[in-house]
Amino acid sequence: MMATQSNYEKYKSDGSYLGNTLEWFDARFPLTSIWRAHLSEYYAPKNFDFWYYFGSLALLVLVIQIATGIFLAMHYKPDAALNADGLPIAFASVSYIMNDVSWGWFIRYMHSTGATAFFVVVYLHMFRAMLYGSYRKPRELLWIFGVLIFLCLMAEAFMGYLLPWGQMSYWGAQVIVNLFGAIPIVGDPLTVWIRGDFVIGDAALNRFFALHVAAIPLVLVGLVAAHLLALHENGSLNPDGIEINKLKNEKGIPLDGIPFHPYYTVKDIVGVAVFLMIFFAVICFAPEGGGYLLEYNNFFPADPMKTPAHIAPVWYFTPFYSMLRAMVWDFFWLDAKFWGVVAMGGGVIILAFLPWLDRSPAYSIKYRGPIFKTLLTIFVIGFLILGYLGTKLPGYKFFGIGLLDGDVIAQIFTLYYFLFFLTMPVWSKMDKCKPVPERVTWK
Amino acid sequence: MQTCSGKGYLEMNRTLKTLLALCLFAPALAWAATAVNLDRAPDRSGDNAALQNGAKLFVNYCLSCHGASGIRYNRLMELGLTKEQIEDNLIFTSDKIGSPMRVAMRHDEAKKWLGVAPLDLSLIARARGSADGSGADWLYTYLRSFYRDDTRPTGWNNHAFDSVGMPHILYQMQETLTADKYDEQVADLVGFLVWMGEPQAGFRKNLGIGILLFLVVLLAVSYALKKEYWKDVH
Repeated sequence: MMATQSNYEKYKSDGSYLGNTLEWFDARFPLTSIWRAHLSEYYAPKNFDFWYYFGSLALLVLVIQIATGIFLAMHYKPDAALNADGLPIAFASVSYIMNDVSWGWFIRYMHSTGATAFFVVVYLHMFRAMLYGSYRKPRELLWIFGVLIFLCLMAEAFMGYLLPWGQMSYWGAQVIVNLFGAIPIVGDPLTVWIRGDFVIGDAALNRFFALHVAAIPLVLVGLVAAHLLALHENGSLNPDGIEINKLKNEKGIPLDGIPFHPYYTVKDIVGVAVFLMIFFAVICFAPEGGGYLLEYNNFFPADPMKTPAHIAPVWYFTPFYSMLRAMVWDFFWLDAKFWGVVAMGGGVIILAFLPWLDRSPAYSIKYRGPIFKTLLTIFVIGFLILGYLGTKLPGYKFFGIGLLDGDVIAQIFTLYYFLFFLTMPVWSKMDKCKPVPERVTWK
Repeated sequence: MQTCSGKGYLEMNRTLKTLLALCLFAPALAWAATAVNLDRAPDRSGDNAALQNGAKLFVNYCLSCHGASGIRYNRLMELGLTKEQIEDNLIFTSDKIGSPMRVAMRHDEAKKWLGVAPLDLSLIARARGSADGSGADWLYTYLRSFYRDDTRPTGWNNHAFDSVGMPHILYQMQETLTADKYDEQVADLVGFLVWMGEPQAGFRKNLGIGILLFLVVLLAVSYALKKEYWKDVH
């Protein structure tokens, strides 16, 4: 399906300087063929809806994070030693960026808000795949690349969060790295190996910086390229969950397809404008996000001698953090903490199996039955409640009512989260689907 | 075959979007549910006279022990002070106008002498925020909550910060002023601490309005462009 380079004729100059230059380049580099194969003659379904903005937005946020990150790295110093004022040098260098570097505060807020924006658009992007069955055959590998991107993002966000070297940076990293200690036999040496020390300290700060600014971004960009190539191999699915490539005109163009450029480039710019309005409104009017984006306690420098009363991860990790805390029983002579780690890791890994767990004849929610709609709605509500509870201390009661025990509710929804996936092969087959149309529905 | 309309789906989609909108407000709801026991600090942002007074109180009462190393003296010019006013009235050490607001006492010595090194206060107003109120609210309550306690080595304790290490530095001021006047002075000082936490906060908000105005235009133009291009998609 995908056009190879030889399918396209090389560019012929019209004699102008620009034309000559283009011809020179095109004779030596697949310039016009890439443009045509991936943009001007890459056909996308014409019925994309609201949920299809988030892929291009994720790419935009990636660019924002890389660009702002480069400028932050020019001024940031990964050093846990105390300066003359008794402040860790890393912490003070962030303060320096905020107060002394020209527009440093703006770049830093773009980066810190960008982390949250990244997870917002990626969660919505993943949810779109669940709505319309975007991960179904033949897009399984596309989905797996996506799950790997999500994993990389989590690692990137976690390591980046240590760098300001505030109290939450320090103790959050301490808690998460200690989790690896729950793994039998290799646990303890493993945590020492990760930290390069017996506690989080200068060694951990330096290696987290290296991983955050070089190693993981490289993997991330590579995975994004693989994700896009896999996408363009079969083209996008659409809200009807049907293949547009089945019905083509005499020129081989899908009947329901339109060239990505200019149609979706101009449409995505509208999405970008709306996104940037929200993004810059947060940066300029609520950069701390009420303590959810920049935690208050993180304005205190890291102090290894003072454990905060409440160590909460940033909001985008809280659903999985809730799953970790939900496991309170020791099974098979293994510590509850170990099962917590299994639940937290498993919660992400299980997503990768979605293409094989889903056996529904219809791909899109539009034609799927009441069982899926009901279970998915509960799944979304449960995931949000898990996320909310992850920001609270254990023992939280909804509205102060003893019966609405947060710990129990988190356990129920953790169980639900896994049952939703594990029983999917059964209920997704049972569900009464509506007949799927041949052509996409639109307008 | 086109008869299978996605009506049920459309409703579903609406429900999902409502849920999405609710998520945005969930933190606000959580905020409303927490117990409030902090006094609300008066807002001093943009009030240069009050902030100048706060700066004066800060260098006189706080800066002997607490540094504010994130802020250089010359930034105080943003509060409407001249270079000479700052040099003559606010710098008591040999520091230059471009130096950070440092304490003469060395960090490790302070730790030895006082048991705990006094915190750097550049970011204190941001660090003290919580679900109970802003950092300003906490500081405003804290500085007005000292009481005599002979069991403490300093003779002082605090309702907002039990077993606090710091004695009541503003004690003489509280003795000589009426309660209202004292609260005003504390509010000015807290206002200055808030300003130090983010000196560009005022500019940031103005900039936000400019950015949003630009984006409204971008949205209008890009939407019109999209409409124009999509006219021929049937």
